[in-house]
Amino acid sequence: MENFELVILLLDATLRTSTPLILAALAGMFSERSGTINLALEGMMLGGAFSAAAVAFYMDDPWIGLLAAIATTIALSLLHGFACITHKGNQVVSGMAINILMSGLTALVGIALFAQGGKTPALDKAARFQPITLPGAEAVKDVPIIGPIYFELLSGHNILVYIAFLAVPAAWWVMYRTRFGLRLRAVGENPGAVDTAGIGVVAMRYRAVICSGVLVGMSGAYLSTAQGASFLQDMTAGKGYIALAAMVFGKWRPFPALAACLLFGFLDAAATRLQGVILPGIGEVPVQLVQALPYVLTVILLAGFIGRAIPPKALGRPYVKER
Amino acid sequence: MHQMHGTGETGAVQPAIELRGIDKRFGAVHANKEIDLKVDKGTIHGIVGENGAGKSTLMSILYGFYQADAGTIHVDGKLCEIKGSEDAISAGIGMVHQHFMLVETFSVLENVILGVEGGAVLRDGVDRAREELRRLEREYSLDIDPDAIVGDLSVGLQQRVEILKALFRGAEILILDEPTGVLTPQEADHLFRILETLKEQGKTVVLITHKLREIMAATDNVSVMRQGAMVAHRKTAETSPEELSELMVGRKVLLRLEKGDANPAATVLNVENLCVDNAQGVRKVKNATFNVRAGEIVGIAGVSGNGQSELLEVLGGIRSATEGSVELNGQDITPGKGIDAAELRRRGVAHVPEDRHRMAMVTAFSAKEAAILGYQDDPAYQKSVFLDWPAISKATANMMAEFDVRPDNPDLKAANFSGGNQQKLVLAREIMRDPELLLVGQPTRGVDIGAIEFIHKRIVAMRDAGKAVLLVSVELDEIMSLADRILVMCDGAIIGEVAASEANERVLGLMMAGVDPNEAKAVEGQA
Repeated sequence: MENFELVILLLDATLRTSTPLILAALAGMFSERSGTINLALEGMMLGGAFSAAAVAFYMDDPWIGLLAAIATTIALSLLHGFACITHKGNQVVSGMAINILMSGLTALVGIALFAQGGKTPALDKAARFQPITLPGAEAVKDVPIIGPIYFELLSGHNILVYIAFLAVPAAWWVMYRTRFGLRLRAVGENPGAVDTAGIGVVAMRYRAVICSGVLVGMSGAYLSTAQGASFLQDMTAGKGYIALAAMVFGKWRPFPALAACLLFGFLDAAATRLQGVILPGIGEVPVQLVQALPYVLTVILLAGFIGRAIPPKALGRPYVKER
Repeated sequence: MHQMHGTGETGAVQPAIELRGIDKRFGAVHANKEIDLKVDKGTIHGIVGENGAGKSTLMSILYGFYQADAGTIHVDGKLCEIKGSEDAISAGIGMVHQHFMLVETFSVLENVILGVEGGAVLRDGVDRAREELRRLEREYSLDIDPDAIVGDLSVGLQQRVEILKALFRGAEILILDEPTGVLTPQEADHLFRILETLKEQGKTVVLITHKLREIMAATDNVSVMRQGAMVAHRKTAETSPEELSELMVGRKVLLRLEKGDANPAATVLNVENLCVDNAQGVRKVKNATFNVRAGEIVGIAGVSGNGQSELLEVLGGIRSATEGSVELNGQDITPGKGIDAAELRRRGVAHVPEDRHRMAMVTAFSAKEAAILGYQDDPAYQKSVFLDWPAISKATANMMAEFDVRPDNPDLKAANFSGGNQQKLVLAREIMRDPELLLVGQPTRGVDIGAIEFIHKRIVAMRDAGKAVLLVSVELDEIMSLADRILVMCDGAIIGEVAASEANERVLGLMMAGVDPNEAKAVEGQA
């Protein structure tokens, strides 16, 4: 029974650690499926986290903070789009530039506004997203098996966790069942086909990066106003890259990407829990190794050992009409 | 049918398309010079011209891909402003591009509805589209599975998807840009039958090609372009390939290459059971066994993508052989074990790769730099640890004079030469080394007719000088006029050999489609 509880707690933590990954991975998917590499997820997440925390602090409302985060990340997406789509710049360079820019800018503005070494002031309860108790959770609390699963694992998360998990089928539906999704996938595979079909390639790609901005904005807000209670300097700590890795691991598809996010989130949760634990036969768990696993797995995947990850054909290639 | 309601003779049928004074420049290049063109409704109209004559530019303007600098477009007698593909589509113009505009990971149906989905949610339009597609397939006998993934289809079928796409959008005028480049002769014949059906249904077809045979076989009228200008309009029935080629080039051309009989001597290249796998482990060349003797040209025919490129790249040392052996004058030169492209060059194998811009030269280099690529280690080009530029310039000038490369300026950037002159420079670089074996891939791709004649003559001259020549080309005409023996490749295997004297397009075409050579000859016997 104790083990069962431990598993429940670990899975519960997994849901919380995978939420920002899921939102960011979906963000990456929208951008990359349309042909624009989005390495800027890390920086955008950071910008979103800062805006959310700062605005939530002033307005005392996490929702306004969330909107501020989304506005920030949309602006950054448009900047990325302006460099990559309009000016056909190198998408990797633009992404990295945004990452470096945001790492510095959030700290700078943070110090200027709050003078707390780059942090934002701690948010009180009203300025954060609070856990939601699902209906009936209290009632089944003491039922064996089902009780802990429903009460501990599924209930008691904040709204953004549920949004993240609902965003996956929603993204799938948009991607595969709507006109917008069809055109978005087409523009990432063969922009020429889209252009000759009388659809604007540039407009299509901008719309895709804006979708990307909305999703990654929520992921940033989650870090500073739901999971945490303030913005900390460089608090994303590589989550944007992990999300990107999860998206590649999920072969640019929503449900496999969700699975990858859960796996990477689980590794993260396990690493935290295993900190300093001495396992029989292994000794102290090398936590850094567990934390490196997402990247190792992604490299192995890209090397072709776990099926093949085929990126969208036009990924990274600006659209130039041929002469 | 529309009646005239403007100026001009009364009662005449309006042309489906009329272009007046279309003019287009790309920087210094004057791609289209005041083009006038009339295409009658319900006809197949050919537009012929050399590569770079401006045909594709003109059609891209008609389809809204580019904007003309001057001139007007009239469709069915009405002035049309075509600012983008969507305007062309709504004017009833459909286009089948040379490089298909298809999404390979999509199904046929998804490709067809892209841009005309019929609702924000796909489900609303898909059933209607499926119905419509079925009707079009029946009407024009364009059999195709709407749920097949386009990437899995043969190029012939992919082209049908492109045609269906245009018809689905209600195209009354269909433009086809070099449609047969990737097809077997049989597939091309099928395409022409489809075009014939389209014509019978009242559609107008514009066929852009540089192949005179297709113009003669399929069109009602033909317009000739040369250097950006429209130089002539003819009724196909009243012209001849000789006249058309003269109009295209602006002077008389020999369509049939004059060459004597080959005098093959000792075997130079001997290939035994050669197999080649690509990076993904897919076998691209399967058990190729053949030889090339001194003083003969052996041609390898096949539809593009059937292993010829890989075969040529292995023999040139760019790829490694997976299995089998290659011998040059009795010495083992199987590429892979210490034998690479540089070593092969030292041993007298010259290689003119298929893809001029990717492999044969660096277009950003000057002509003299391009002229020593692959031979840059030659002592003649060295001066202590530096390159001897005066010597290189002199050698390049010599190559340019010998191979009639124009302009004959060794310092000009390679990209600024025309395709034909670039190719002549590459040939000069390889041939003037006096190699034992010359490997040539697609020697006249993107080359104008005048230069083709010159290049063919030089290749035959190599043969007559007692050298072995292996020619890979997807142009059957070229293979048939140059080669002394023809090997046909299909799906990576050499499926048969035909003597040039016995070769004809039907037999080769059947073999290229994978039909056993004996059967192909039998079929031909009945025909």
